[in-house]
Amino acid sequence: MSKKIWYSLFAVLALTALVLTACGGAAPAEPAAEAPAAPVEEAAPADTQVEVFSWWTGGGEAAGLEAMIGIFDTEYPDIEFVNAAVAGGAGTNARAVLATRLQAGDPPDSWQGHAGQELIGTYVEGGQIQALNDLYEAEGWLDVMPETLIPLISNEGNIYSVPVNIHRANVMWYNPTVLEENGVEVPTTMDEWFAAMDTLQAAGVTPLALGEQWTQLHLFETVLLGSLGSEAYDGLWDGSTDWTSAEVTAALDNFAKVLTYTNSDSASLSWQDASQLVINGDAAFNVMGDWAEGYFRELGKTPETDYGWAPVPGSVGVFQFLSDSFTLAVGAPHPEGAEAWLKIAGSKAGQEAFNPIKGSICARTDCDPELFGVYLQSAMADWGSNTVSGSLTHGVVANDSWKSEIDTALGLFLIDQDVEGFQTALVAACVSSGPCQ
Amino acid sequence: MFKNKDKYLSVILISPSVIAILIFVYGFIGWSMRVSLSNWKGINPDYSWAGLKNYIALFSDPRFHIDIRNTLIFTGVFVIGSILLGFFMAVMLDQGLRGEGFFRSIFLFPMAISYIVTGVVWRWLMNPAEGVRMSGLNLLFSSLHLDFLVNKWYTTPTWGIAAIAMTAIWQMSGYIMALYLAGLRSIPNELREAARIDGASELKIYRHIILPLLTPITLSALIILGHTSLKVFDLIIAVSGKQLPLDVPAIYMWQTTFDGLFYGRGAAISIILLLSVAVLIIPYIRYTLKTGVEQ
Repeated sequence: MSKKIWYSLFAVLALTALVLTACGGAAPAEPAAEAPAAPVEEAAPADTQVEVFSWWTGGGEAAGLEAMIGIFDTEYPDIEFVNAAVAGGAGTNARAVLATRLQAGDPPDSWQGHAGQELIGTYVEGGQIQALNDLYEAEGWLDVMPETLIPLISNEGNIYSVPVNIHRANVMWYNPTVLEENGVEVPTTMDEWFAAMDTLQAAGVTPLALGEQWTQLHLFETVLLGSLGSEAYDGLWDGSTDWTSAEVTAALDNFAKVLTYTNSDSASLSWQDASQLVINGDAAFNVMGDWAEGYFRELGKTPETDYGWAPVPGSVGVFQFLSDSFTLAVGAPHPEGAEAWLKIAGSKAGQEAFNPIKGSICARTDCDPELFGVYLQSAMADWGSNTVSGSLTHGVVANDSWKSEIDTALGLFLIDQDVEGFQTALVAACVSSGPCQ
Repeated sequence: MFKNKDKYLSVILISPSVIAILIFVYGFIGWSMRVSLSNWKGINPDYSWAGLKNYIALFSDPRFHIDIRNTLIFTGVFVIGSILLGFFMAVMLDQGLRGEGFFRSIFLFPMAISYIVTGVVWRWLMNPAEGVRMSGLNLLFSSLHLDFLVNKWYTTPTWGIAAIAMTAIWQMSGYIMALYLAGLRSIPNELREAARIDGASELKIYRHIILPLLTPITLSALIILGHTSLKVFDLIIAVSGKQLPLDVPAIYMWQTTFDGLFYGRGAAISIILLLSVAVLIIPYIRYTLKTGVEQ
């Protein structure tokens, strides 16, 4: 009986001591945490390898990466390529692993990330990746990548990553047969789109196929772009367009109206399910990034007969992009190996090896169109000629914190359908995590 | 002397696990508390003092209100449903019917499945599609001409979370049945017979003899179910992914911490979760310790 009391007393004391140390430990931990921010210029060990971190572990992505590694091995036979890919959760797991490694001061030489604010807001803020302007100039990449792309992947004039591939977000897929049967032309403006969807709805066709919440965020950003135009849309993200303005309200009203044309079971559909509704003729339109085209091909469908594509109405002439890119770590254990890898990632040969397999287009505008299918050729033509804007859902225009606040605001809007409340929440998100003060 | 040596030996033997638990459980609880009182947002640790700011913000956060409402609905439906169904199955099995072992295993099997598998299967069954694309349970109901049963399942506004609770009941009620069956078997038959001789009806026997004797079992069941339902995460993710209508604190914590990098807010949610579980568990532990000492 008394023994028990002593043990519990001991346990409580030990616990208290521990909690106190944990709290007290916080202060000395701070300088240690800042350490990786300081430029580390230790003598590089013999450059026999390069460790590249990604979440490309399956399908076309992994095969494309292998093809690019093949080119790396031919160009740099002396450098061993260490593929540190982490599987699971579309990168969620990999990013958790990466965050742990960075906090422990053990960065891989180069890692994958969505080009733009997702990388900048996280790793540039954290002082964990290096600017690559010299590499861009030495390799002449500024001449072969669209002019309007560079500001979107830069911060204060510094470029922080090498984009390997480009996907387009503002694509509206449609079923040509369904449109023809109902006498509907492919719409190019918001008003035409609404008129077309009214006709389809009256004919008993689901006008627009929609999936779970992230695909609704994807639809939201394309409707924002289509309603505001590229200049005002870009301004949302650098603070020059006012989130409280009437034009934003109009765009949100458009979005609310677009949602009235969608299928009732969207919350239970993945993006594949939703885009398949178009292929099967159960719905007329679907807005999804152009990875959907890879899925249509997997299903054995023929472009232009089984499915057609157009920019999301209102965004003709604008290429809303997202891109996987690679970085150079501050304090990379193998800086020369990392630079060699980035040269391959940005090269014509590297991108031509990767992209046809992955089903995306090159970030460079000088890749050979013959290597690509009908859809990707049209995307390449647009990439070379259109104005470039960035995607929200896929990390180009807003940092992770801002994006997650917008996602929450959207989720609440989908529940209560209150446009005014939605706008208030978006303003609050911009104040808490964006450029608005 | 010998007794003392014994005592030291036992302390030495248990110390590795005690130290590990102190560091990896209580140490990290302390650390999470510290983070929850900080302004940490972004990839780099920031321990600057924020006081209760994160907690206060949460209680005016509309998303957290949805989380609390969902948790309450889920816990209510899941706990009551599992206990009623589990008790009913236990009483049925206790009647000494043939093939009891067979049914017992069937009822227990769902518990052996992981929540992810349950979630994926029920996602198919509870497909809310309408018209020609109807499938799963809705298709079954509609082809049996039970159209009034066709519904939107987990996509129902506000009450969708109850559909998830239903799948959790399917999974856990067998376990509750096993608890109750063990309890029923431990009640001496003499008690029932004595009551019958006194002229009590079967209903009265259950009400005045069996149920009171099963109180400790019910309490255990309440605790086990209650704290699982507060922590539910995987089941919801498997059925619907990260969507706000079915949001619960654990999902909000994961998303805001690892997708949004709001470490301070995430830690505050986890501490609130911990405290709400503690409110359930600590009285129970005290109760069992007390009865243990009395025995």
